[in-house]
Amino acid sequence: MNDEVLYRKRFDIQGRDFSNAGNVSSQVKAVLKEIGIEAYVIRRTAIAAYEGEMNIVMYADKGELEFLIDREKIQLIFTDQGPGIEDINLAMQPGYSTAPPEMQEMGFGAGMGLPNIIKNADKFEIQSEVGKGTTLHVIIYHSKHPE
Amino acid sequence: MNINKDAKNLTKESSASTRRSLTLREVKDILQCKVLSGEDKLDMSVDVACGADLMSDVLAFIKPNALLLTGLTNAQVIRTAEMVDIKAIVFVRGKQPTAEALELAKEKRIPLLSTKFLMYESCGQLYKAGLPGGSELDKPT
Ligand SMILES: Nc1ncnc2c1ncn2[C@@H]1O[C@H](COP(=O)(O)OP(=O)(O)O)[C@@H](O)[C@H]1O
Ligand SMILES: [Mg+2]
Repeated sequence: MNDEVLYRKRFDIQGRDFSNAGNVSSQVKAVLKEIGIEAYVIRRTAIAAYEGEMNIVMYADKGELEFLIDREKIQLIFTDQGPGIEDINLAMQPGYSTAPPEMQEMGFGAGMGLPNIIKNADKFEIQSEVGKGTTLHVIIYHSKHPE
Repeated sequence: MNINKDAKNLTKESSASTRRSLTLREVKDILQCKVLSGEDKLDMSVDVACGADLMSDVLAFIKPNALLLTGLTNAQVIRTAEMVDIKAIVFVRGKQPTAEALELAKEKRIPLLSTKFLMYESCGQLYKAGLPGGSELDKPT
């Protein structure tokens, strides 16, 4: 019963479209606020959403976010068509980044994105295939935690 | 992990002086700021400040009710502020936000200030006035 979906929305994310980067996360945040999710949970979700969205904008051609809410959790599922990640363990290390200098000038590309998503998530899964794309699954519990 | 612990030890002594919140009006006076947006919100107060040009670092280290000092001027700064509810932004080194950033800040009602002081000087003056840094808030009171 707890995983009956109460809210579901799909957002397109356009690769390299920096003027709209953050738009999707902004909408995610607005929904959580409207539902009345607690501030601490909104903050963690917004951070994960924004870093996930930025990674698609920075590295992929295009992608999407599926945003789901049920009685106990918030799910962010990012799927992109892009270069994929060759060495996932390396990519998850704090400070590791392949971002070009022009992205660093925008304040991203410090290699802190994936580590910060993991820090804010209760559950995290990543799958990637070189030449195809990357999928990120983030779960954040908003009411009762399991265990 | 270790870095964080060291930072806590480092700030242990300095926190003996009185740490306090500052209103945006106080921030404006101390740093002789120009107000670029949110003139009507200067009575709002901030509990902590963070100086950074890396938005990922801001997302990783920012505390609630924070003031952000930055030399970065693009729309991503405003987006970052929106995501983690940063109360206001001070652009250091006399920097001006891009038109896109200014417009977004007005839409999101985030006050923007600009100071001629450099990052180090700006942070130093606010710290001297009592505004704490993020690692000090981690300590039990
Ligand atoms: N969606 C993605 N598609 C391809 N590569 C990615 C994606 N997300 C992350 N990466 C790779 O993982 C690295 C680390 O990502 P992250 O921790 O977000 O740091 P940053 O984006 O600052 O480099 C990136 O530099 C990039 O090489
Ligand atoms: Mg990233």
